[in-house]
Amino acid sequence: MALQKTVTFIIERQDSPTGKPYTQEFELPWRPALNVVAALMEIQKNPVTKDGKRVAPVVWECNCLEKVCGACMMVINGKAQQACCALVDKLKQPIHLAPARTFPVIRDLLIDRTVMFENLKRIQGWINVDGTWEVRIPPRQNPNTAATAYEISHCMTCGCCLEACPNVGPQSDFIGPSPIAQAYMYNINPLGEYDKANRLNALMAKGGITSCGNSGNCVKACPKGIKLTTYLAQINRDVNIQALKNIFDH
Amino acid sequence: MAKKRFKVIVVGGGLSGLMAALKICEAGSEVDIFSYCPFKRSHSLCAQGGMNACMDTKGEHDSIYEHFDDTVYGGDFLADQVAVKGMCEGAPALVRMFDRMGVPFTRSAEGVLDLRNFGGQKNKRTVFAGSTTGQQLLYALDEQVRKWETKGQVKTHVFWEFLKIIKNKEGVCCGIVAQNMNSMEIEAFRADAVILATGGPGMIFGRCTASTICNGSAVSAVYQQGARIANPEFVQIHPTAIPGSDKNRLMSEACRGEGGRIWVYKDGKPWYFLEEMYPAYGNLVPRDIASRAIYDVCVNQHLGVNGENKVYLDLSHIPADYLEKKLGGILEMYSEFMGEDPRKVPMEIYPSVHYSMGGIWVDRKHNTNIPGLLASGECDHQYHGANRLGANSLLSAAYSGTISGPEALKWAETGDRGSAISDGELEEARMECVHEYERILKMDGEENARQLYHELGELMNRYVTIERVNADLDYCYEEVKKILARWDNIGVTDRGKWANQECMFVRQLRNMILYALVVIKAARLRDESRGAHFKREFPTRDDEHFLKETIANYDPKTEDPIITYGDFDHSIIKPRPRNYAVAK
Repeated sequence: MALQKTVTFIIERQDSPTGKPYTQEFELPWRPALNVVAALMEIQKNPVTKDGKRVAPVVWECNCLEKVCGACMMVINGKAQQACCALVDKLKQPIHLAPARTFPVIRDLLIDRTVMFENLKRIQGWINVDGTWEVRIPPRQNPNTAATAYEISHCMTCGCCLEACPNVGPQSDFIGPSPIAQAYMYNINPLGEYDKANRLNALMAKGGITSCGNSGNCVKACPKGIKLTTYLAQINRDVNIQALKNIFDH
Repeated sequence: MAKKRFKVIVVGGGLSGLMAALKICEAGSEVDIFSYCPFKRSHSLCAQGGMNACMDTKGEHDSIYEHFDDTVYGGDFLADQVAVKGMCEGAPALVRMFDRMGVPFTRSAEGVLDLRNFGGQKNKRTVFAGSTTGQQLLYALDEQVRKWETKGQVKTHVFWEFLKIIKNKEGVCCGIVAQNMNSMEIEAFRADAVILATGGPGMIFGRCTASTICNGSAVSAVYQQGARIANPEFVQIHPTAIPGSDKNRLMSEACRGEGGRIWVYKDGKPWYFLEEMYPAYGNLVPRDIASRAIYDVCVNQHLGVNGENKVYLDLSHIPADYLEKKLGGILEMYSEFMGEDPRKVPMEIYPSVHYSMGGIWVDRKHNTNIPGLLASGECDHQYHGANRLGANSLLSAAYSGTISGPEALKWAETGDRGSAISDGELEEARMECVHEYERILKMDGEENARQLYHELGELMNRYVTIERVNADLDYCYEEVKKILARWDNIGVTDRGKWANQECMFVRQLRNMILYALVVIKAARLRDESRGAHFKREFPTRDDEHFLKETIANYDPKTEDPIITYGDFDHSIIKPRPRNYAVAK
């Protein structure tokens, strides 16, 4: 009888936000098109380690399993990525799973990304519409500008770019690539442009664009292929122009 | 004079919940939003193809009446027509609102919103942002809500699970109990009104196109507290999904809207069976029709790809740069998960559970039968009747929020709200949930909750989807009741105090089982075929007996649903036979 093909995972676990990390090894049957989330779901059905110990099922976050919600970001074999589209056949075994420690860990692979949503407040990440009521002015937009906005608007706040960035972390107050690219997106919108100066001034302050060290890791890490370095460079230019304007406006 | 400020609780941070929240903030009141996840991760973002609205920018003389008629006809005449009419009339203004909010809609060369074809409609009526329209609309509302959060009118409770509503002596809803999914603390919250916007119950079918958070647990919880569920048997099966062992991934109807064709080999040659069976609409027949045809070709005629339950969805004849612009995101997803490029080879797809037309019964203003409790979005039963047209879900989600939000405030201001609840009553409601949770933490039986859930999904998928047989439904009901009994014998391995997902799942599972019983029973008792509900034993629509809404009430003694039927408004467009082989 042929041996059943198996997959081995080494998972970094932690019982609480202040708990000490430890690892556990799990072995499960291989199947075609198996991805990391599907494998974690198998462990849920039978949470027994490779050496036969019954343990609490591994805790992680996931929703859509289609690579649009951004929830299941974790560090897989050393690289921050979405677990739902990390196919086991494309990964070297044993597969190492760890939480993205740029963010506080709540439990196992579950992390707290509140800071990313808070940063969207700082850059005023919205279009200042008067209200949800009808205003009968159809805003037209250059289809090319709209296409750029569409590309940046794929950002699912997953945090891969922050995890990959050497300048994001306890050593610095850098808000990271994702919110800066978002600011660019609002700035090129025909209505969003009205608040461009506010966003640029926010990014001029401490932890803003000047904390970017041009490592270029972010653009390689982005699961949505957003040209982050391009938009960061653009914002850098806009911030410099804004700084000059600020001097002359005084 | 300053208007009195009210506090409304919105449960769910998807399109409908956020829309309701915005309306409440604009009226000067406050909102507490409870959500399983950051709002940007809500399931609304999985809607791909677009949102219907009569914009008529393609020289086709599209009209709101045509949208209204397509929706009613597509829904096989089971939708409240006054409600549908309101939705179709409100659609163009909603699109203009989203446009102002910065949604990067795909645009024509002239810079106006582009439109595409969608199923069950002859005119181009679907606005879209590439193939990620839901994501873009959801983000726009999330941003606007964040703005209100900075002004202090919105309080977010992210990673909180709704457990139940709190009622006063008169039976009026005046708050909720919820649990923090990280710290596990359970708290009670007061509110002047509560809006549930918790989405669909797809997960009771195990594999489906829904996100893992779409478990119907909140709907089931309020059903057990006396809220009615309506039309639960109408579950949409989307014809084109990528089958998977963990989930079925949606492949948008926009593929066919942009020219995609469905076929299988027959006698060695491609057979475009939808085009042959339905010459008037071809590949763009509504979803229930397409799913049944695919099922028939695979299961009855054994013509599926390589003898498996799969057919081809073919885009390979369309220029690659056009595909990239219109459908980029989802084609990338197919390549990523399946390892093949749909620009070059046909995709292999099969129908999957996708959307629930039914849900909590609501009136046209989205009030449930429990005073002070409203529902909007997929969790309600309004607008779609027996089958939803593609691209009407983003519309109904957003539109229903524009109704439920203001209505909640109206209730807060003028409703007959009865007595205020005391701190003692609030604490009592909280402790009830605490005790229930502690009981689950201690469960040490033989059953694994995930295994039970797997069995539930297998049963529901096998017996309660495309084709339904009364004898099978009877069997399925008994089997699901056995699963309900086995729930008591679950053993949990996780006694952890942080993010105890296992214990939360055990609690959700019980709600899911009870919701499943409602779906099965309602399907069993509707002896006709209408929209997504099809029985070979009763192959035609029976308006004489079943031009009625199904109403399910919970019987606390037996835990079975009590099914009755109610009237609804179908007075504007007279019901007529539905036949997509010919033009309407």
